[in-house]
Amino acid sequence: MTDLINLFIKAVFVENLALTFFLGMCTFLAVSKKIGTALGLGIAVVVVQSLTIPINNLIYQFLIRDHALAWAGLPEISLDFLGLITYISVIAAVVQVLEMFLDRYVPSLYNSLGIFLPLITVNCAILGGCLFMVERDYNFSESVTYGVGSGVGWALAIVAMAGVREKLKYSDIPEALQGLGVTFITAGLMALGFMAFSGIQL
Amino acid sequence: MSYPHKKIILDPIVDNNPVILQVLGICSALAVTSKLSTTITMCIALTVVTACSNAAISLVRNHTPSSIRIIVQMTIISSLVIVTDQFIKAYAFTISKDLSVFVGLIITNCIVMGRAEAYAMKHPPLPSFLDGLGNGLGYSALLLVVGIIRELLGSGSLFGYPILPLDRDGGWYVPNGLLLLPPSAFFLIGVIIWVVRSWKPAQVEQPEYKIYHAPRPEVAS
Repeated sequence: MTDLINLFIKAVFVENLALTFFLGMCTFLAVSKKIGTALGLGIAVVVVQSLTIPINNLIYQFLIRDHALAWAGLPEISLDFLGLITYISVIAAVVQVLEMFLDRYVPSLYNSLGIFLPLITVNCAILGGCLFMVERDYNFSESVTYGVGSGVGWALAIVAMAGVREKLKYSDIPEALQGLGVTFITAGLMALGFMAFSGIQL
Repeated sequence: MSYPHKKIILDPIVDNNPVILQVLGICSALAVTSKLSTTITMCIALTVVTACSNAAISLVRNHTPSSIRIIVQMTIISSLVIVTDQFIKAYAFTISKDLSVFVGLIITNCIVMGRAEAYAMKHPPLPSFLDGLGNGLGYSALLLVVGIIRELLGSGSLFGYPILPLDRDGGWYVPNGLLLLPPSAFFLIGVIIWVVRSWKPAQVEQPEYKIYHAPRPEVAS
């Protein structure tokens, strides 16, 4: 149990997907203008992340990895090379379902997310999470924890970023640095802050 | 309809750079630029994938119903990325270890998907191929600048060959460790955006709020 709690804390702070691995940066920079929208997107990412990583973990354990097909009497077959295409299809399917669900039950969030909902499919944080799960060989319970943790970490980062940017719009910034430029520099400073967590040993 | 091929290739490099102006493909721009060898591998991989996927998607654009287009695009892109990934693993294994998950993440690189959606779905194969090539080169141009600065000032070398003699080997250059850390890429890209926009003021974003300079009150004498 303590292992899982450690893994969760590690996924949220020490190995924050957005600010230490820079995954999902495109949406991170583009949707962080308002706290409300950022929070909505953050929640969507948490949901997608905590569904897709465990599902992909099961697929990886029982279908794709070396010797995984032993239960079907095909121990010598390895479908490793199909990994990427499988993970992305699972992600696309989950996002599609989430999109229909939001359209039906939470239309306001659906409208404010707009183009970025389908873009969650191509949010590197989701696929990156799956690939890290494969690379580190998590078992099922670990993958559930990692899925929730990394999603929460990403959401935390984007909400914090939106908070900073809401204040930032009142400040006097050099003309050419307006908008994207200063956002990059802010994100850099936040990433430096998050590096302080990397000293924590769990 | 004819297409100005040269313009399609050259436009995305400075005037409409995918990273600086369209805010696409930033994740990998930050993570792979600490060494020049990984940067170049990533640039070539991304340019090849973008160009080929644009051409392929444009070939099937009239046969794809719009409701399943995203799945079709993802399948084409991820097949290309799998080929690229296997190729890099076969011929440059150490670099593929350094790049870890980032080659796989080309699938979700917004440049590939964004260009497929914005350009290849509406134009014939050849211009789409060139558009992919141009955007790949625009991305590469920015990554190379960042990669050169980070490796040269961060460890005093280019491609692993020492350029600036380091002080720990008896030279004069004290390497700046900050540039090897990931956050430095944010600062560098921020500064590059600053430079490009000062040079081409048309790209400047308008601020939402302007500071109002109150007129100085006249002092009655």
